[in-house]
Amino acid sequence: MATLLPPLRVCRGILKELRAMQGATYKLSPAYNYVMEQFRKNKVTGEMYCRAQQEAHHDSHTYLCLLASNRTHLALHKLYHGKGDRSREEVAGLVGLRLPTQPGGKGWEK
Amino acid sequence: MFRNIVRLQSQFGNILSPNKVCPRSPHFRFALKYSTAITERKRFYQDVSISQGEGGLYEINLDRKKLKTPGGKLFTVPNEVLAIAVATEWDAQRDTLKFYTMHLTTLCNTALDNPTQRNKEQMINAALKFLETDTVCYRVDEPHGLVELQKNEWDPVLHWIENRYNVTIGSSSSILGPEIPEATKDTFRQHLNSYNFWSLTGLEFVITQLKSVVLSMGMIDRHLSVEQAVLLSRLEEEYQIQHWGNVEWAHDYDMYELRARTAAGALFVHLSSEGSTVKRKLLQDRQG
Repeated sequence: MATLLPPLRVCRGILKELRAMQGATYKLSPAYNYVMEQFRKNKVTGEMYCRAQQEAHHDSHTYLCLLASNRTHLALHKLYHGKGDRSREEVAGLVGLRLPTQPGGKGWEK
Repeated sequence: MFRNIVRLQSQFGNILSPNKVCPRSPHFRFALKYSTAITERKRFYQDVSISQGEGGLYEINLDRKKLKTPGGKLFTVPNEVLAIAVATEWDAQRDTLKFYTMHLTTLCNTALDNPTQRNKEQMINAALKFLETDTVCYRVDEPHGLVELQKNEWDPVLHWIENRYNVTIGSSSSILGPEIPEATKDTFRQHLNSYNFWSLTGLEFVITQLKSVVLSMGMIDRHLSVEQAVLLSRLEEEYQIQHWGNVEWAHDYDMYELRARTAAGALFVHLSSEGSTVKRKLLQDRQG
């Protein structure tokens, strides 16, 4: 039932995610080396139904899902839930007022 | 043991001052560390690397310092792959550390510290308790479309797991749910016992996220992909979304978070429970 993407697409997806996470130096990271090594190792198999290959394929799919959904979740969070409260100046500006300023500070302020 | 806190304190001012006054008893300090979890901290390191320590366990190094769990223990993982994945998580942080995105790190911390002091048996019992209120077994009677959807999507998974484990798990539309026979529970108990403590931590996490033992086992046994398992877990929500429309800042947000957590849990279970060996096949001489 597990309809997985072909391994090439999964590999490219993971590399895209790593590049998005780390920038131009993603090829130096241990994650990149490990992923490439695993994909190369499992590419050719002598068995007809190679369990190790199927497992590695599923695992790579899972990792791609982890990276992609993490990034999307973070982007959505920043977009919708990241703003926080308005500052006092902004709140006053909403109704067209400005906060009063007293040069020299208020009496009880340092 | 306060050295780490004091060093960090000098960098961030007094964010961590509540910890300074707590008494020295380990239990209290432990609980305090976990309860006053700070959600935002600046990234204080440049490089993340892994190294192999004693006993073949791998550690994470942030610049020169070794990573520690919230409980104060040294952060060690049993295999290199998990270490690389955790290092990638730490390396992915920019400016501020967002702990709620570092799912693998959180799972490792839970497995290492065991803050609720549970053993394998308690975790297996908790997991099996979830079987009684499994999502896949609870059917509705009402909107006909939803009944059909549940039958078409959930029944195959139920049949698969019943065949795979040779058990009976019914589905029911009553409020009490299906009757799970003891033999089923025993079979699952035996199967879950074969996982080690780390894998059980991950498995329980996945079960709690998906709200279903059936779907979790389907995903762990690689019968379902993560996206499929999440879709099946949220089947009713998806049905309502198709009917009433999608709200991105709620539905998509929840779905991606669920996907990330489930994927992290599944990866954690797989990486903790498998080991790999390389057996070289002798090249046979080809003649002619």
